[in-house]
Amino acid sequence: MMPNLSGRVKMPEQPPEIRARNFQEVPFGLTEELALREASRCLNCKNPLCRTGCPVAVKIPEFIQLIKQERYAAAARKIKETNALPAVCGRVCPQEVQCESKCVLGIKGEPVAIGYLERFCADYEREMGLTEIPEPAPPTGKKVAVIGSGPSGLTVAGDLIKLGHEVHIFEALHKPGGVLTYGIPEFRLPKKIVQAEVDNLIKQGVRLELDSVIGMVRTVDELIEEDGFDAVYIGVGAGLPTFMNIPGENLNNIYSANEYLTRANLMKAYMFPEYATPVERGKHVVVIGGGNVAMDSVRTALRLGAETSTIVYRRAREQLPARAEEVHHAEQEGVLFNLLTNPVRFIGDENGCVKGMECIKMELGEPDSSGRRKPVPISGSEFIIECDMVIVSIGTGANPVIFSSLEGVERNRWGYIIVNEETNETTKRNVYAGGDIVTGSATVIQAMGAGRIAAKAIHEKLQAMDRKK
Amino acid sequence: MRREYKIIEKYEVVPNVHKFVIRDPRIAKKVKAGQFVLVMANEKGERIPLTLSDWDPKEGTITLYVLELGVSTMELVSLSKGDSLYSLAGPLGHPAKVEKFGNVLLGGGCFGIGGIYPLAKAMKEAGNSVTVIIEARSNYLLYNREKLEGVANEFFTTTSDGSEGMRGHVQDKLQELVKDGRKFDHAYFMGCTFMLMQCARATMPHKIPTGVALNAIMLDGTGMCGCCRVTVGGHTKFVCVDGPEIDGHLVDWDELFIRKHIYREEEAVSYQSHACRSLTGYEREAKGGGEA
Repeated sequence: MMPNLSGRVKMPEQPPEIRARNFQEVPFGLTEELALREASRCLNCKNPLCRTGCPVAVKIPEFIQLIKQERYAAAARKIKETNALPAVCGRVCPQEVQCESKCVLGIKGEPVAIGYLERFCADYEREMGLTEIPEPAPPTGKKVAVIGSGPSGLTVAGDLIKLGHEVHIFEALHKPGGVLTYGIPEFRLPKKIVQAEVDNLIKQGVRLELDSVIGMVRTVDELIEEDGFDAVYIGVGAGLPTFMNIPGENLNNIYSANEYLTRANLMKAYMFPEYATPVERGKHVVVIGGGNVAMDSVRTALRLGAETSTIVYRRAREQLPARAEEVHHAEQEGVLFNLLTNPVRFIGDENGCVKGMECIKMELGEPDSSGRRKPVPISGSEFIIECDMVIVSIGTGANPVIFSSLEGVERNRWGYIIVNEETNETTKRNVYAGGDIVTGSATVIQAMGAGRIAAKAIHEKLQAMDRKK
Repeated sequence: MRREYKIIEKYEVVPNVHKFVIRDPRIAKKVKAGQFVLVMANEKGERIPLTLSDWDPKEGTITLYVLELGVSTMELVSLSKGDSLYSLAGPLGHPAKVEKFGNVLLGGGCFGIGGIYPLAKAMKEAGNSVTVIIEARSNYLLYNREKLEGVANEFFTTTSDGSEGMRGHVQDKLQELVKDGRKFDHAYFMGCTFMLMQCARATMPHKIPTGVALNAIMLDGTGMCGCCRVTVGGHTKFVCVDGPEIDGHLVDWDELFIRKHIYREEEAVSYQSHACRSLTGYEREAKGGGEA
């Protein structure tokens, strides 16, 4: 086949004015025709740089070759050799700074839409009922506890169950998926996809224990000493939300992004009162922060009826940490951006509800420790943004509950767990950790990458235990 | 894969207060006085924090008292013996501070009349002399007397209408005891927010160290969402992971009251639109429901 040098396909999606008022998924996914056209652009490089950009080293040219041969389910299985959750990653990975940023087509033109293709074959496999449950390996007699059913926990569970280990996942909430369920909105990642991925793991023999807050109902020590687990993986994710620590922050209708999104996603407050958990529906909503969580919050607010929904971010546009596609989608939907702006205080009304936010304009100064130019306030530039709801989305700290009874696991000065980067083992023997509880707020795929490293190391450790006997 | 949380026993103790005994051996084995659980009646319900009010590690059961207040508690109390809760997570929060203080004063109102019992027992076991005061609007709303009397060194009831015990509230009895020269080394209160505030204000002038079991709105209950934040001594604390016992003399009560009322309008909507109320018998039948 001759290489197709035409442009990258456009993803069909709901028009912005319609989708900004519903919770259905924004992109429809590629049609078979579009997928074939896009796959034909891949040059199948001998030395595929794209793979080096992927935290779990998906066999990218190989799966795209299978798409070219119209073997879509086989393509999905090829991805699954190194990535347990392609339908999720095809939707939420920041491909533009990972695999696609390395694609040689990107040097002169546009890179292959690897993320779109990943989603296409994963969806095809699932929707056509072609998902194969791998034959279980002979049981090793070893038991692993995975704490948290977010992206890193699911990855560890998926990798270890295939190798014949007994795997139990302990999830604190009443639904599995972690941030995929409570954090990322339905319009970006439909919950039925998360559920399908979890169901697949259960079919393979993974045991899922919901409502199980490890640290409280069981401790890590008890899992090892009393319940007979040979290894434990801690993937408990984000903890207490960070607030601005400025006056008025506990006024009503000021939410942390975690709370706002948990109400909307996990508790389905967008279907209130059919679902009993409410969430305030602000008319003029301000979201503080510039990451993916901020974009999810600001777009959720629009869908919950906001007339204006505004991002307030202290740095400049180029420094927005969110995935480019999310910023683009937000803009299309009518989200306003107040950049180089930092909140100073919140103003309340007589009922204790927020009615405004005083901000100060910022300008970019010298580069800081992160290499980004540091925003500095412009004195005298204070102004007030009127709003009836604020969502604070400036990050989270470490989960506090797991540490209420965790001896021997050392943490760094931010409270995150210290691990050996080659194995993701903690300072406590046979206890591993990965995801946000190690790195602080990061992406789904980074958490999955951490899970892969840990799963490999856990497997090797468990095998070594047998050899010693 | 959903666990079963079977209701072993359930009845209305006094009007509007329901006692649940639920099988959960994991929690029954772990719980300490002052901790709570998060409960969901069904998949569409809210996650409601409830105080662990008794437990039996041998039988593997826990006891909760539920005050029917809104839709979610209404759905909870409409469950029967033999049914299973949809979700039950715990024990959550720090156990209450229990040590040998000397003379300990415990106060309970409403669900706290049930909830204060484990504290009374634990304080007694820790070698304290325990005084328990409970309050209700009228004598027919008082319950749990025998259990509390069984562990307390002293036990008093108060009622707003004077139908039993002293006419007044926990803080009035407390004032009277202090006036009579009684010394207390530690106090702990459990009940509605207004009662907690009144009691904390009453112990303040006498410098009695006071813990209050705060009841804030919660979601996950594990320190992830920040919903239950409260200002304590000028600092933001999270009731779910820093509490529920908080120093009653440092709580910003005004802010707490405002935060508790954030969903007042939604509560009304939820209640009015609830299936049992909004549909006429005919509509219910048309939707395939049972009796009117």
